[in-house]
Amino acid sequence: MSSVISAKGLDLTFQTNDGPVHALKGVDLEIGKGEFVSFIGPSGCGKTTFLRCIAALETPTGGALTVNGMSPDAARRARAYGYVFQAAGLYPWRTIARNIALPLEIMGYSRAEQDERIARVLDLVDLSGFGKKYPWQLSGGMQQRASIARALAFDADILLMDEPFGALDEIVRDHLNEQLLALWARTEKTIGFVTHSIPEAVYLSTKIVVMSPRPGRITDVIESTLPKKRPLEIRDTPEFLAIAHRVREGLRAGHAYDE
Amino acid sequence: MKSIAPILTVLAAMVALWYAAVAPMNIRVALDSAERAGETVTPATPLARQEVSVWRLMAQNPGQIAEGYALDRPRLPTPAQVGQELWKTTGDMALDGRAFSKRSLIYHGWITLKSTFWGFLLGTAVGLAGAVAIVYWRVVDMSLMPWAIISQTVPIVALAPMIIVLSSQIGIEGRDLPKAIISAYLCYFPVLVGMVKGLRSPTASQLDLLETYNASGAQAFWKLRLPASIPYLFTSLKIGIAAALVGTIVGELPTGAISGLGARILIGDQFGTPLAIWAALFAAAILAGGLVTLLDLLQRMTLRRMGMGAGA
Repeated sequence: MSSVISAKGLDLTFQTNDGPVHALKGVDLEIGKGEFVSFIGPSGCGKTTFLRCIAALETPTGGALTVNGMSPDAARRARAYGYVFQAAGLYPWRTIARNIALPLEIMGYSRAEQDERIARVLDLVDLSGFGKKYPWQLSGGMQQRASIARALAFDADILLMDEPFGALDEIVRDHLNEQLLALWARTEKTIGFVTHSIPEAVYLSTKIVVMSPRPGRITDVIESTLPKKRPLEIRDTPEFLAIAHRVREGLRAGHAYDE
Repeated sequence: MKSIAPILTVLAAMVALWYAAVAPMNIRVALDSAERAGETVTPATPLARQEVSVWRLMAQNPGQIAEGYALDRPRLPTPAQVGQELWKTTGDMALDGRAFSKRSLIYHGWITLKSTFWGFLLGTAVGLAGAVAIVYWRVVDMSLMPWAIISQTVPIVALAPMIIVLSSQIGIEGRDLPKAIISAYLCYFPVLVGMVKGLRSPTASQLDLLETYNASGAQAFWKLRLPASIPYLFTSLKIGIAAALVGTIVGELPTGAISGLGARILIGDQFGTPLAIWAALFAAAILAGGLVTLLDLLQRMTLRRMGMGAGA
């Protein structure tokens, strides 16, 4: 299986007034096509920074990083990925449908094709019939689903999600996690997913990347042994708990020198 | 309509305060005219009365207090007198078919309104252009913004005559353009400051999102920055139009203008007709209120059309 995203010895150092900050140091990672990869770790471990490097929103200061075999910037210009931020960031002056149309307008799709794609992705995130509503008329969870639909509207093979459900309550979160898995199964996208939540990471991922701060680095990469089809109840199985345990151990090891 | 009761209460309190203030403000003038009419007042001469406070004058001459409410040239006219003067110079003349006579406030208000409009247009254009330049070019931000702030610390009354003199030097006839420039000088600043804030209101992640679409700078401006700034724009425009009106009136004061509300105020002062001053003052206030209300309606309509009316 060829790598969609490949990082070798990736470094990113920010120069600040308090001296250099090593946001990423020596990060090696291969992400294959169709994988669901979660990045988990405490604040400052570089998980978001790594995602932003893939998206060419940050520029690494060392090492090699390719996306779809090209530089991240070339991949960005080729519109290789859709990005979902923690805040849904829908435009309040646009309806849900027109919000989803935003990337399509920018990329120059015809009006007819825009409408066809909007209908398709609205259905994909279970928001059919809400296209004419304004963002304030929707709940937080629905807004975030709309922002996922916006990221899916153009045919990027990669979906990068930066704590997309971080601001939502747990019940809504469970529901969205289930929906996200269904969506991933239907679209076969490659997903990079940043989270703070161990259960969320284990439930969703085929691969869990555990990271730790100062310098930001990878401490463990766990290949999930869970089946691809995952009902919510899977979270009570010994297999699930074993993986969660290993993630927790990895996080604790990364923190050891902190205390 | 629940707010109508508090509004009327405040209005009633203001009118009551005004009526109460008329008595002490006018007691000296009332006693002077009573003395001329042969009435006995204490103290008997204007000179002696100078030494006595208005409160004592009122206590010693209770009979003359009422006269203070019906003077031809009061120091402080009553609301009713101002209202009568306002009606005499507007509605009454309009009914006579003399709405645009040189003695009518409708005519003078119209002159001021025209200048305000041009000043507002000029000021808004300058403010918008400046805001875009400041948001997009750091050099402009650092070089222009301090001057914009300094410009507002110079008293406009000091600047107005110079603008008139300078514009006549370069051969500009008439007062319309210099008045518009003075008006724009006050008006551009709130638009500039408000729009800088508005154009910068999108969050970092909203801008990052456009970056992930590989959107151009122009697309970011038209699709994100400009629509995001619309609520700020209207707030700025409401302050701006009031400032433009003030600028126009100030522009009409020291410039030897003979028409416009500012000129009416100045002439009223020179000829000692306080009623004319107060009427012009109220005409200006009514004009400002009308203009701001108009912009407020436009704001509501626009934001509702944009879907931001009810929730946000």
